[in-house]
Amino acid sequence: MYHADLKYSKDHEWISVTSETGRVGITDYAQRQLGDVVYVELPEVGQVFNQGEQFGLIESVKAVSDLFCPVSGEVIEVNAALEDNPESVNQSADDAWMITIKLSDPEELSGLLDAEAYSALVV
Amino acid sequence: MTHATDADLKRTPLNARHRALGARMVPFGGWDMPVEYSGITDEHMAVRTGVGLFDVSHMGEVEIAGNGALEAVQRITSNDASRLAVGQAQYSALTTHAGTFVDDLLVYRLAEAHYLLVINALNIAKDAAWIKEEIASVTDAVSVNSSSRYALLSVQGPRALEVLQPLTAVELDSIGYYWFASGEVASIRATISRTGYTGEDGFELFVSPQSAERLWTTVLEAGSGAGIKPVGLGARDTLRLEAGMRLYGNDIDETTTVLEAGLGWVVGWEKAVFNGREALTRQKVEGVSRKLVGFEMVDRGIARHGYAVYAGGDKVGAVTSGTMTPYLKKAVGMAYVSVEVSTAGTEIAIAVRDQHVAAQVVKMPFYKRA
Repeated sequence: MYHADLKYSKDHEWISVTSETGRVGITDYAQRQLGDVVYVELPEVGQVFNQGEQFGLIESVKAVSDLFCPVSGEVIEVNAALEDNPESVNQSADDAWMITIKLSDPEELSGLLDAEAYSALVV
Repeated sequence: MTHATDADLKRTPLNARHRALGARMVPFGGWDMPVEYSGITDEHMAVRTGVGLFDVSHMGEVEIAGNGALEAVQRITSNDASRLAVGQAQYSALTTHAGTFVDDLLVYRLAEAHYLLVINALNIAKDAAWIKEEIASVTDAVSVNSSSRYALLSVQGPRALEVLQPLTAVELDSIGYYWFASGEVASIRATISRTGYTGEDGFELFVSPQSAERLWTTVLEAGSGAGIKPVGLGARDTLRLEAGMRLYGNDIDETTTVLEAGLGWVVGWEKAVFNGREALTRQKVEGVSRKLVGFEMVDRGIARHGYAVYAGGDKVGAVTSGTMTPYLKKAVGMAYVSVEVSTAGTEIAIAVRDQHVAAQVVKMPFYKRA
């Protein structure tokens, strides 16, 4: 459920890094806390976010939650399919990526949690 | 992540069952209650298409008895309780002298001079004190807060009747909507009421707290073939909203009148005396300035409690309830708006965070069973 090749934030986002870009989604723990996801609002390609900044939001039947950027950088890709199929976040949070970001400071990755540390956090 | 349960929270007799079923528990009106088991959408759909089982034992009960019982009930509630036969129930409002809601409730006529009022969990202490005070001058009528004497299970959905019928000798289909009967269900003494808060056919079962676990387990087993699901407060809220039913604390409270809430049909205008009669009569003559309406989002966005409502650039009201409804798959809600923009079809906008999202006033209920 939590993967060795992913990094995790304490805000319950995961990031999958390939050289200088990273795909960002929310963790399985986060989707379970949210319950049935019915709405995802994502940024535009080209928007720039700092680490920890809000890049979008996600709504379940019962509540609204902010999405926080685990690293700083520019959005180069957005998963628009989520707008029509928000429930895919519940079905497979690890596959339901939200944005791809071009990392402006790869050093930030070392401050994120690995799978083991994140699992311990959400036990 | 699991935080310690607040020791002050009250527990229904089914608390251990909810935990055993893996429900997510939340504090609600001072109670430790299940918000969801398998998921709000799944539970909501079970009730719309099959059958669901709810623990609503947190609801309160106040009984009024004595030769003056009818007079007492007539004084404190807006609807006309004199129309109730023994074995019949009605939806009503417990009104303030200003015609606003102390609470909304169901009034059951248990016997000639014995009424049962079923009230909201978060209002139990307030209502019990209010009722006692308001009926003090009525001759030969006493009120008792008997909330701890009842557990309340609700079986709702198009297959509720077929699931319950094998468990009881009472012919369930002979109980009319908003009528009730006494009998045994799974050999447990029960008051069987054909009522609910979902917009579906269904039954609410009043039993002793000691019997609640056995009844819960038996009903779940009896319904397994019909795909019965335990249903939490999350789906209870989406179901009632889809059915256009008001929720105390969201859509109605001590600041909103019965007429503003669009519940004029629960006012017994021919009654000589009841709390709020003068205020409501005046409002009826003068007309209300705001009204509770239903609306549907036209553009993408989900309205939530507290969001502002706009029309033609002006703020005209506020959202009281809103969600994405699992069955209709539409974002809908209720809002108090100026009476000028309260007609079905009127275009409005809901301020969702920093954007005005287009919406339209529509007739309630959003969902009506076939």
